[in-house]
Amino acid sequence: MRRSIPVLTIVALILGLWYLGAWGMNRQWALDQAARAEVTLSEAEIFVDTMSQDRPKLPAPHQVAVELWDTVAMKSPTSRRSLLFHGWITLSATLAGFAIGAVAGMLLAVGIVHNRAMDMSVMPWAIASQTIPILAIAPMIIVVLNSVGVSGLLPKALISAYLSFFPVVVGMVKGLRAPDAMQLDLLRTYNASASQGFWKLRLPASLPYLFASLKIAIAASLVGAIVGELPTGAVRGLGARLLAGSYYGQTVQIWSALIGAAVLAGLMVGAIGLMERQVLKRMGMAR
Amino acid sequence: MIWVIGAVAVWLGAWALNVWLARGPATRARALLVPALFGLSLLVLWEGIVRGLGVPSVILPAPSAIFERIIVSLPILWGDFVQTFLKGALSGYVLGVAAGIAVALIADASDFLRRGVMPVGNFMAALPIIGIAPIMVMWFGFDWESKAAVVVVMVFFPILVNTVGGLAATDRMQRDLMRTYAAGYLPTLLKLRLPAAMPFIFNGLKIATTLALIGAIVAEFFGSPVRGMGFRISTEVGRLALDMVWAEIVVAALAGSAFYGAIALIETRVTFWHPSQRRG
Repeated sequence: MRRSIPVLTIVALILGLWYLGAWGMNRQWALDQAARAEVTLSEAEIFVDTMSQDRPKLPAPHQVAVELWDTVAMKSPTSRRSLLFHGWITLSATLAGFAIGAVAGMLLAVGIVHNRAMDMSVMPWAIASQTIPILAIAPMIIVVLNSVGVSGLLPKALISAYLSFFPVVVGMVKGLRAPDAMQLDLLRTYNASASQGFWKLRLPASLPYLFASLKIAIAASLVGAIVGELPTGAVRGLGARLLAGSYYGQTVQIWSALIGAAVLAGLMVGAIGLMERQVLKRMGMAR
Repeated sequence: MIWVIGAVAVWLGAWALNVWLARGPATRARALLVPALFGLSLLVLWEGIVRGLGVPSVILPAPSAIFERIIVSLPILWGDFVQTFLKGALSGYVLGVAAGIAVALIADASDFLRRGVMPVGNFMAALPIIGIAPIMVMWFGFDWESKAAVVVVMVFFPILVNTVGGLAATDRMQRDLMRTYAAGYLPTLLKLRLPAAMPFIFNGLKIATTLALIGAIVAEFFGSPVRGMGFRISTEVGRLALDMVWAEIVVAALAGSAFYGAIALIETRVTFWHPSQRRG
């Protein structure tokens, strides 16, 4: 309770600012409409109007909530109007890409730690690649794969995989190198082989680092899947909802897709956090 | 076929050379030479495979073709760079960083606020904020102002979280020492807590450099005037002129790395005292 009160206060503050913003930004439209109809509105009437416009500049929180309730709970999950349907399209690409990227990243990290030439050649590029706006290549991957006949889930998953790959490599390499010289020496006195050293010391020691980078990676792969839906004018997925909403000026739809994506990201990061706590507890490493 | 075999041979040769170089003593020259050799051999491999197998340029243009395209269309690339990087990303970055640090200072003044801001900020930093791009385009129009707005929101949360965390980095003893000097809030902040927070703030600044460029480019996918890196990428992809797309990507990569490098350089000047900056 002591920890949640400050958080709830901040959330309430943000909601309050949001309502205030909705009132301020939608006011002009309400006034214009009233002027056109040659009626004068009282302040209270203007306020009510700003909270319930069809295409507001900034939809009020409750409008987004109603839209979310309509598109999540009131529609069948297989319908194209259901946000669950679109969320699932994006989620499946995200998870597929995350799995590919995380596994490939871990394998590369193991290679980097065990092969000095690989370490010196690949690692600087892995670090430098973090400074490059990788998402810029997303449209190209989609279109190129489309032109050779690959479309649907795979191109998006590849973008997600690429985005989640490097955080995992960097974090995992750091983790595999976490055991200090004393621990490595101890294993040597036990006459442990290289593979025993890996499975019994390096791998367990790397897990806290791995989980920290997995959390970053899964958030990045969701961004990758959403951006991957933009360039081909896709009609399915959260990114497609954003794009369609921006074409047709459906602000409420944009906001609900945005909240949907946020909830998805929160759930996935939370799920990894839960896994982290369980695994570290079983290993006796929980803080 | 001769191209492919030759390229693979060059790549394997470079790799063997790297293995040999890596076995020797670790000097600064080798630490630069090995990755450079690896990168160059990858380019040769790329060129060889594209030429040897006759990969059509609508799938993957050769590095030489991309280089040619860069030379030919320098004015266009420069215009896009100015539009996206200088106007969109950089102005958004400056505003977002200023706002993040300002809010962090306000939140830092009260323990209650700090405990509320940290979890919310951490949560927001993990969200796909890039999705607000269509909203910002709707609010601020198609030109660079809307891109800057997306960048402001994207860089705000990492800066906020890192600054709030950094301001809490001094220990009790140091703050007590300041009190024995009769230093008030402002001198303590300026002389002790802000300098101590600098490594954390620079961490946030470095994360934000990539986010700024990504935000500016992706926001242009939602509408933009007829220039800008994101605009060029999305239209040239539509015309399957992939050499131009790659040229833009090279520019984006150079700009991103230079931006990051500039911040890292300032960091070594400002936080020279920090253990992570120690050399040798």
